[in-house]
Amino acid sequence: MVGYALWRFVLLRDVLAFRRMWWLFASGFAEPVFYLFSIGIGLGALVQDVTTDHGLVVSYAAFVAPAMLATSAMNGSIADTTYNFFAKLKFSKTYDTMLATPARPWDVAIGEILWSLIRGGIYSAIFFFVALAMGFVRSWWAILAIPACLLIGAAFAGVGMWATTYMTSWKHFEFVTLAIQPMFLFSATFFPLAVYPEALQWLVKLMPLYHGVEIQRGLMLGDVHWGLLGSSFYLLALAAVGLWGASRRISTLLLT
Amino acid sequence: MCRRRSPALTLPTVTDDLLLTARDLTKKFGDFTAVDSIDVEVRKGEAFGFLGPNGAGKSSTMRMIASVSPVTSGELRIFGLDPAVDGQQIRARIGNCPQKDLLDEELSVEENLWVYGRFFGLSRAEVRQRASELLEFAQLSERHADKVEHLSGGMKRRLVIARSLINNPELLLLDEPTTGLDPQARHVLWDRLFRLKRQGVTLIITTHYMDEAEQLCDRLVVMDKGRIAAEGSPRDLIDRYSTREVVEVRFDTDEHAPHAAPLEGIGERMEVLPDRILLYADNGDAATAAIAQRGIHPLSTLVRRSTLEDVFLHLTGRTLVD
Ligand SMILES: Nc1ncnc2c1ncn2[C@@H]1O[C@H](COP(=O)(O)OP(=O)(O)OP(=O)(O)O)[C@@H](O)[C@H]1O
Ligand SMILES: [Mg+2]
Repeated sequence: MVGYALWRFVLLRDVLAFRRMWWLFASGFAEPVFYLFSIGIGLGALVQDVTTDHGLVVSYAAFVAPAMLATSAMNGSIADTTYNFFAKLKFSKTYDTMLATPARPWDVAIGEILWSLIRGGIYSAIFFFVALAMGFVRSWWAILAIPACLLIGAAFAGVGMWATTYMTSWKHFEFVTLAIQPMFLFSATFFPLAVYPEALQWLVKLMPLYHGVEIQRGLMLGDVHWGLLGSSFYLLALAAVGLWGASRRISTLLLT
Repeated sequence: MCRRRSPALTLPTVTDDLLLTARDLTKKFGDFTAVDSIDVEVRKGEAFGFLGPNGAGKSSTMRMIASVSPVTSGELRIFGLDPAVDGQQIRARIGNCPQKDLLDEELSVEENLWVYGRFFGLSRAEVRQRASELLEFAQLSERHADKVEHLSGGMKRRLVIARSLINNPELLLLDEPTTGLDPQARHVLWDRLFRLKRQGVTLIITTHYMDEAEQLCDRLVVMDKGRIAAEGSPRDLIDRYSTREVVEVRFDTDEHAPHAAPLEGIGERMEVLPDRILLYADNGDAATAAIAQRGIHPLSTLVRRSTLEDVFLHLTGRTLVD
């Protein structure tokens, strides 16, 4: 049979290429760890305890740690599916070559998203074990934290990749920063949602990272509720829509 | 010469014998028509050429055949399959050597072949085996572990050609295969292409090198501005559109046009180029003698056989580049 799961070889290509650039690995992982130490622990020394939106009272660092885990998952997948994807799409023309084989546009999209998840997943796992060692993990539900990171990663990878197909120059990556930065600051990462006025709360609830943070906080603090299922579906839907959109755009851009 | 088919243009009659058919094949980019309703038939085992100047629409046609560019209108069948429906099956059986050397600069020479081969369903072991054979053929065995970015232009070209063969294709598409190759590498490649052809591989080649078209192609079309100007074997086209010989006449001047009138009537036809005048005659020596008889003394006269270049000049009124 021709062309069965050819995304495997997109992944193979990335693994082979990455063996030469392993040092790039450090960059994506460092940021959330720095935040955990500076804000979580530094600020935590001043801000004592926090009451979560679901009424749990925890130390500030334990409140911030799950949010940083969700952020690490986001960062890990965004790096590969925006910057790196753009370079391969527009400059090194990696995909033009792949599409001359039996591979199809969705093989490219799936392969690249999976690669970003492998990389992002490793960042998240390292971060998780740092948090575990520091005593921020309060529940056995946290076993699901890594799979949840993959879900968060998939949502950002899919949407990020789709958005990237509309970019025509490196300048457009300002928009990625413009989307990521407020999301990072306002997705109930550093404060509970309750501190915002009602109208703003609705806006926050549209942010994918907010749902990622909700899930991770629920799992790591053992505060599991049905709302997390809704958040999971939201992220899953974003991943699916992003994958669909990215595949179509790859086809439009390259199969001309 | 022995490689060419008989001059008589034998149009295919047995349909199973056809590997590719195109009817009114058209490619538009917005309002611009790059390929303008061409009809082409390629038989199994044949070496078929598209000859034409820059912008003629050769690559656009090749990309449609390679099933990486959707057909705007008209009909295209490869192996009897429609690329719009069975593109994947078609691509699996094709070797595609695009005009641009798109290699993965982040991978080594051999990794480029391995990854590419895996997309065709070859196993790890098969890919490694094929890759080392092909690197041998491309004379790149010693560079197998090098980064691609360190290869010279000609080496990259050879690697792309090697890559296009990894799946043992039934149809090999070569878009200007020898551009950037030195004469020796060019002849090695031609030799290899003849061998592939003997093994039954069908070749479709684009080029704007006359000698390449004459050497390699059983049959070719001359393409200009998206249309097919003529079709036939190289010999056949030369017989039909040119005389047996050509006299190239040069004068010691910047401008050749004023020298045309006194030469009028010598040979069957004349073409005036900026740097020389071409006189088409079946007997070149007789034409040269006629020039002297008229008391005209050019800087040089050169008698040569007609080539596809002359066919092209006659059909389009333009010279091909190079
Ligand atoms: N993707 C594209 N978008 C717009 N125009 C295109 C595109 N690809 C090709 N063209 C145009 O179509 C025409 C034919 O191009 P094509 O590449 O097929 O020519 P060619 O015969 O291969 O020329 P060359 O010998 O220079 O390779 C050119 O005028 C070119 O500008
Ligand atoms: Mg071309």
